[in-house]
Amino acid sequence: MIKTQKNIGLAFGLLGLVILSLNIMYSFENVPLFFSLCFLSMTLGGILYFNALYGATLSGIHNNGVWFNALTAKGLWGWILGLVLTSFYIAIYWFPELLGYRTETASVGLVAFFDPLSVLLNGKLATQWFMYGTLYTFAILLFGIKFIWKYRSNPYQIFRTLSVVFFQLCFAFLLPELLSKLNPEMPYFSKDIKNMWPLNYYFFDAWHLEGMLNGKSIGQFFLIFGLLMIFVISPLLTYRFGKRWYCSWVCGCGGLAETAGDPFRQLSSKKISVWKLERWMIHFVLVFVFITTIAVVWSFLGTQPELSLVTKERFILGVVVLLLLILLSLFIKHKNGFPKDAKYTLISVVSILLASIGLHYFSGQQNIFFFETYTFQKWYGFGIGAAFSGVLGVGFYPLLGSRVWCRFGCPMAALLGLQQRLFSRFRITTNGGQCISCGNCSTYCEMGIDVRAYAQRGSNIVRSSCVGCGICSAVCPRGVLKLENGPLENRITNPTFPLGNTL
Amino acid sequence: MNKNGSKKSIVIIGNGISGTTLARHIRKNSSYAITIISYESPYFFSRTALMYVYMGQLPFSDTEPYEPQFWRDNSITLLQQRVTQILLDKKQLLLDDSRLFSYDILVLATGSKPNLLGWPGQNLKAVQGLYHKQDLEKLEEWTPSIQSAVIVGGGLIGIELAEMLHSRGKKVHFLIRESHFWNSILPNEETKLVTQHILDKGIELHLNTELKSIASDAEERAKGVYTKEDLFIPCQWVGLSVGVSPNIAFAKKSGLEANKGILVNKYLETNQKGIYAIGDCAELMEPQQGRSPIEAIWYTGRMMGETLAQTITGKRTPYTPGPWFNSAKFFDIEFQIYGQVSASPHKQKERHIFWKHNSKNRTIRISYNPNTLCFLGCMTLGVRFRHAYFDTVLRENKSMDFVITTLEESFFDPEFYPTYKKEILMLWELEKSNLIL
Ligand SMILES: Cc1cc2nc3c(=O)[nH]c(=O)nc-3n(C[C@H](O)[C@H](O)[C@H](O)COP(=O)(O)OP(=O)(O)OC[C@H]3O[C@@H](n4cnc5c(N)ncnc54)[C@H](O)[C@@H]3O)c2cc1C
Repeated sequence: MIKTQKNIGLAFGLLGLVILSLNIMYSFENVPLFFSLCFLSMTLGGILYFNALYGATLSGIHNNGVWFNALTAKGLWGWILGLVLTSFYIAIYWFPELLGYRTETASVGLVAFFDPLSVLLNGKLATQWFMYGTLYTFAILLFGIKFIWKYRSNPYQIFRTLSVVFFQLCFAFLLPELLSKLNPEMPYFSKDIKNMWPLNYYFFDAWHLEGMLNGKSIGQFFLIFGLLMIFVISPLLTYRFGKRWYCSWVCGCGGLAETAGDPFRQLSSKKISVWKLERWMIHFVLVFVFITTIAVVWSFLGTQPELSLVTKERFILGVVVLLLLILLSLFIKHKNGFPKDAKYTLISVVSILLASIGLHYFSGQQNIFFFETYTFQKWYGFGIGAAFSGVLGVGFYPLLGSRVWCRFGCPMAALLGLQQRLFSRFRITTNGGQCISCGNCSTYCEMGIDVRAYAQRGSNIVRSSCVGCGICSAVCPRGVLKLENGPLENRITNPTFPLGNTL
Repeated sequence: MNKNGSKKSIVIIGNGISGTTLARHIRKNSSYAITIISYESPYFFSRTALMYVYMGQLPFSDTEPYEPQFWRDNSITLLQQRVTQILLDKKQLLLDDSRLFSYDILVLATGSKPNLLGWPGQNLKAVQGLYHKQDLEKLEEWTPSIQSAVIVGGGLIGIELAEMLHSRGKKVHFLIRESHFWNSILPNEETKLVTQHILDKGIELHLNTELKSIASDAEERAKGVYTKEDLFIPCQWVGLSVGVSPNIAFAKKSGLEANKGILVNKYLETNQKGIYAIGDCAELMEPQQGRSPIEAIWYTGRMMGETLAQTITGKRTPYTPGPWFNSAKFFDIEFQIYGQVSASPHKQKERHIFWKHNSKNRTIRISYNPNTLCFLGCMTLGVRFRHAYFDTVLRENKSMDFVITTLEESFFDPEFYPTYKKEILMLWELEKSNLIL
């Protein structure tokens, strides 16, 4: 019974996918009809399949058979899916013409399949990015349903998933399209309010700043709101809730990872060596994104003599003062010696500081440290934006887990993580001596945190990488983990013995 | 061993939670030479997670809490060998491969083994308990040829076995001697609720049923069981889970004083100087009031390990565990207990207030002393409570009024879960007014 329902679900889902992929070779006459058929069929298939999985069972959370399944345990199907996804990303980023994208004429093939929807939403023909955005949002919606079904006994999971689905659908997908439709003359700038710097690494690029400045009241709203997000809203929310407010309640990358990526969360590596790598990577990304951003703003200011208030010199001076303040507070906080992770922070801040000063003396109008300004940006965009977040980040879901990008490459997660580690009310509390070291928490941590190492010692988990998805707590069979916000004092604990004994 | 003469050589038999915790804490306080000898697995793994490995939730490697490097970094030597005899006068161990191994201090942390009650047919093929890693491997081998399984014994391992086989699509017959699941520990309402949940899961539950014998097929493999009422239940596999007992045959034989377990005083010392026993295999001669001499649970092993490490590194410390706590999970229902909550209390000494959710599998039971109105303990199903809170109120012997009015602090469910403090408060007010009458 359940098996047949699963198979029917799979058949419908595949039918949708086949209609979709046919577009690569063949153009449909009646696009709206087939487009609707395609998405309806995938939706129906999905829902039938999820119903077979969760509809008939009681409401507990189960991960039975995850490690027996070739798709979710890096078996053949995992590799095949990885290959397909990766190829898709490579095509979107570097060979969009393979998907039918044309610059000179109207697009054909897969991209053209999305034309009617695109015209409806933003008044223009589809680009490969519109196609991608639609599929992306659809995936979050469909697998969001699956996720909620699976974790339906846990209200925190429901809340969080509704939240990411809402932000993806409204703020990342619909709103920007509608805004462009209403203001067809407006220059391009990112209209996804929640996509803030440094995840949106080009926010401070000259063309983007100019786009916003010339974008009338809407553009200026986005500029001001963007700055507010970076300097006020985000630090406040991260202080209050930890970085989860962004990474697992709002962010689009997180949205996909939490929904479509959920079946692969257990594949993240928990090795200590990988944690070391993570720390190096994340600090490198952080230093890099700060230096490039300071550099582009610096050179942008050089081209804007009319902004007499903010000159290049004053800007660099401001940056230096700010960094010195951060250094000072670090020293005050750790006057009795630096723990290891604070050392990483220290090194990072100092390198940004030195680079900013160096920048001022060793760069000209068109070059940064003797590189052409835009070469710098281009390579960054390639390295971080495309190769990492897309190809590796999503393409490798079935091989490296769902949060590779968030863990090793995302500058936003890095920045929020730093704050979470140093200045936030968030922590995961472990429940005294109740841990039985079973390992479910660590296995199902998508960020590769060895949660058990903390739980079995009875110490709180305060880790910069934790995105607060709450799955460790959800899968714990002994009620040991709880995500909490509380006072900063005694947030980081390291008891010699877990609770229970009298020593 | 002990060649340079300066380092004391500590040898621990058993790399379970007790032996491992002991080794870790000795290392924290000293540079003694530490060797752990254990035959079951090269590295410490979490026995409590065996079920998740079978259910495909965890790969076995994820049940190992420490990476192999950890043991090298802490210079703890691991030896995968079986100890067959202790040569007390020579302070040496005889190993499986006839090697001799010297010690200065010896600790037995050898755990338990499944009980066999002498049933006819208990040694047939496809009849087994679940304790060691090898048991799981055996079960895995039989699995493809099982359509239905019989599990005997309604305890914690029994219900885990039921869930395990059920998860792999087997028909499960669960034989329980009592009228309801685990009713020696769970009070009436809870035991009924859990029993119903087992039925809801699709388990074939045989209450008030005892095993008489196991029937054999032509290949000496179990083909079914007979109950005491002579009911025949056909099956291809039989799981025996009627408790565990200390795994100490070799130690007993070597001359250590033992009853069911190795007998130890409150310092965990055996009758032989320099030899200790901890965890499942130890039997306390004078257990704390209200506690049993053998506690075959994870937390006891851990705490004994912590305690003995103090003694071995120079600070002789008695084993005095804090207030009782424990937890379990019955299919989807989590269970927690703090302090004393008896299944059938003596009305003059212990009374309960009990709350039950009207649709979900959630209960809270709080017990108190009717003479002093002091809080005694609590037990929950489907509700998580905070250990730290109850540890404190139990140690400080707080009143019911205090606990009921501060109960908010004790809820440990994830965010957005309801807490039930109002309901509990109302129940307590009602209870108090009845008490006065
Ligand atoms: C399936 C299952 C689920 C459980 N779930 C829970 C739970 O949820 N909560 C809870 O509190 N408890 C639970 N327990 C009980 C808990 O696992 C045990 O109390 C605990 O593991 C005992 O630890 P230990 O270190 O004393 O012994 P063990 O973990 O048994 O370790 C003893 C080791 O000694 C070695 N050994 C024995 N004899 C020799 C010898 N002669 N030579 C060399 N080595 C030897 C063996 O290799 C063995 O590995 C569960 C037990 C099982 C089997």
